[in-house]
Amino acid sequence: MAPRTHSTTPETKNSTLIRTENLDKIYPLGLNTLKALNHVNLSISKGEFLGLVGPSGSGKTTLLNIIGSLDSPTSGSAEVLGRKIESLSHNDAARLRNKHIGFIFQTYNLLPVYTVFENVEFPLLLLGIDSSLRKIRVMDALEWVGLADRADSKPAQLSGGQSQRVAIARAIVKRPELVLADEPTANLDAENSHHIMKTMQQLNKDLATTFVFATHDEKVIGYVRRKISLVDGRIEKDEKQPRR
Amino acid sequence: MINFLLKGLFRDRSRSLFPFLIVAAGVMLTVFLHAWLSGALSSMIQSTAHYRTGHVCVMTKAYSEKADQVPNDLALLAIDTLVMSLRQRYTDLFWTPRISFGGLLDIPDEKGETKEQSPVSGIGVNLLSADSPEWKMLNIRPALVRGQLPSQHGELLIAEELARKLHVQPGQKATLITSTMYGSMAYFNFTIAGTVRFGVGPMDRSAIIADLADMQQAMDMQQGAGEIVGFFKDDLYHEERANAIARDFNVANLKPSDKFSPIMGTLRTVSGLADYLDYVGSFSGIILTIFVVAMSIVLWNAGLTGSLRRYGEIGLRLAIGEETGHVYRSMMVESLMIGIAGSMAGTAIGVAIAYYLQVHGFDIGSMMKNSTMMISDVIRAQVEPFTFVIGFLPGILATFLGAAISGIGIYKRQTSQLFKELET
Repeated sequence: MAPRTHSTTPETKNSTLIRTENLDKIYPLGLNTLKALNHVNLSISKGEFLGLVGPSGSGKTTLLNIIGSLDSPTSGSAEVLGRKIESLSHNDAARLRNKHIGFIFQTYNLLPVYTVFENVEFPLLLLGIDSSLRKIRVMDALEWVGLADRADSKPAQLSGGQSQRVAIARAIVKRPELVLADEPTANLDAENSHHIMKTMQQLNKDLATTFVFATHDEKVIGYVRRKISLVDGRIEKDEKQPRR
Repeated sequence: MINFLLKGLFRDRSRSLFPFLIVAAGVMLTVFLHAWLSGALSSMIQSTAHYRTGHVCVMTKAYSEKADQVPNDLALLAIDTLVMSLRQRYTDLFWTPRISFGGLLDIPDEKGETKEQSPVSGIGVNLLSADSPEWKMLNIRPALVRGQLPSQHGELLIAEELARKLHVQPGQKATLITSTMYGSMAYFNFTIAGTVRFGVGPMDRSAIIADLADMQQAMDMQQGAGEIVGFFKDDLYHEERANAIARDFNVANLKPSDKFSPIMGTLRTVSGLADYLDYVGSFSGIILTIFVVAMSIVLWNAGLTGSLRRYGEIGLRLAIGEETGHVYRSMMVESLMIGIAGSMAGTAIGVAIAYYLQVHGFDIGSMMKNSTMMISDVIRAQVEPFTFVIGFLPGILATFLGAAISGIGIYKRQTSQLFKELET
């Protein structure tokens, strides 16, 4: 089913959604320090389907954290949807995530006591959306991921692939401009990984939602249209990939 | 949002049922303990008032200074005038004169020789008047075990336990050997009308109850009485009113230079219970405080356990953009709901148990065999309006404190670690 509407914020009129300049992130490590990101300069446009790839410790999750306003840079600048991450207060960052960013986690993180419908509904409750509109949006999102018939199921009754599709529905139900996914297929087999990536590709196409993945899973890398390789906190390669 | 939280709360028993049971149990104990202490205290106050001091008590200044020795040589005289004056001036109380005395009760054989003898402590009260408040205050009719109530002069009642010890039956003769108010030896022959059991250890071991007029005659105390006791008509001790009456009476009647001038004291001051009542009051407060603190610690731990179980959920909520304060407040709302529900259930159960013990009581007679405390052998809880409220204090406060302390962890959560934490 095709999405019905897509909200447009002032920031998305500009085609650049994310921009980083000389972005550094340094963590204290005992008496020493660890430079997780080293002068990262990056620009991500609206509607991209992008993978941050690299080995463990290369800075993928750190970059995802900063883009997702979960962390702030040590120096340099990160601008997401027109907001400077380094100058956001804790609550401003929460509001940015709440309204504009969806998250998909490796382990789904569905709330076990709630049904599939209620799990997907939760972000809309935080946005204070009216009950009737919530119902429409939740059912839309579940239809996009092909789980409308499991709305009343509990997470424990779902397979891994289905759980991750519910997590995707939860991430996109509020129609965010940006979805961040950390190793979204790491717990899935090849077939489920394929379905998940196809679902996200379709949503990227239909909703023009920007997807950014942190992954070292070759199955995911094959689907992204832009691959940014990180090594020791630096961008080593930034390459376009053919559509799959 | 509230509906959403409620659904989660009801479906996740570790978030609802476990804390609910803890709160309900704690509140139940608090409510029951309060009702029990109130009952025990009230029982002691009532027994002391009924059998010893009244709610207020008038005696001579000299008598009051040695009241524990029952110095009848210092008793009030011309009491009719004083009693009438008290009845006219303080109409919210019953006023009745009493003589407390000690002596030996001698049981003769058929030849008139001593068969049995025992020390006794007695009270002379108005027994022969049908409208005497003593029938109610001393609970005489229900206390009768054998024989009958005194109907004429020269009859007395004797404690059932004492009667068995002396091997006497109702209808037998007994001689009271005591002293007159002028210090000479006094003998007075009585007929034992009946035996009584008051359910108060010291009374049941050695008490005799005689008519006031008989004791005035026996002790050569015409128009005299050791004390004139006053009882509030609702039989409840109203301390402020008692103090006010005592102050008013003493201002009008007490002459510091006259040791035989009348002085009025209250239950607290005359019985020597003042410190004890203060102690019990403080003790109740201490117990409640301990309950609040102990329950807070338990609920804090329950909150911590719950927070650990909900680590992923809270992390997810923070990650998807719920503000930290909102998460914290929602947990406080949950705790408030649990606190109120648990307090209501705990209060209901606590009141039910207390009410059962108010009706049926708990017999501590075997533990009070040698006690001289004026306390009933059967302790009853006392359900009063405050009993319905008191549990909500520890119930809600402890739940709130527990959630508030354990919820601080939410503020310490680093959002930068959420991706990593949510992957495990």
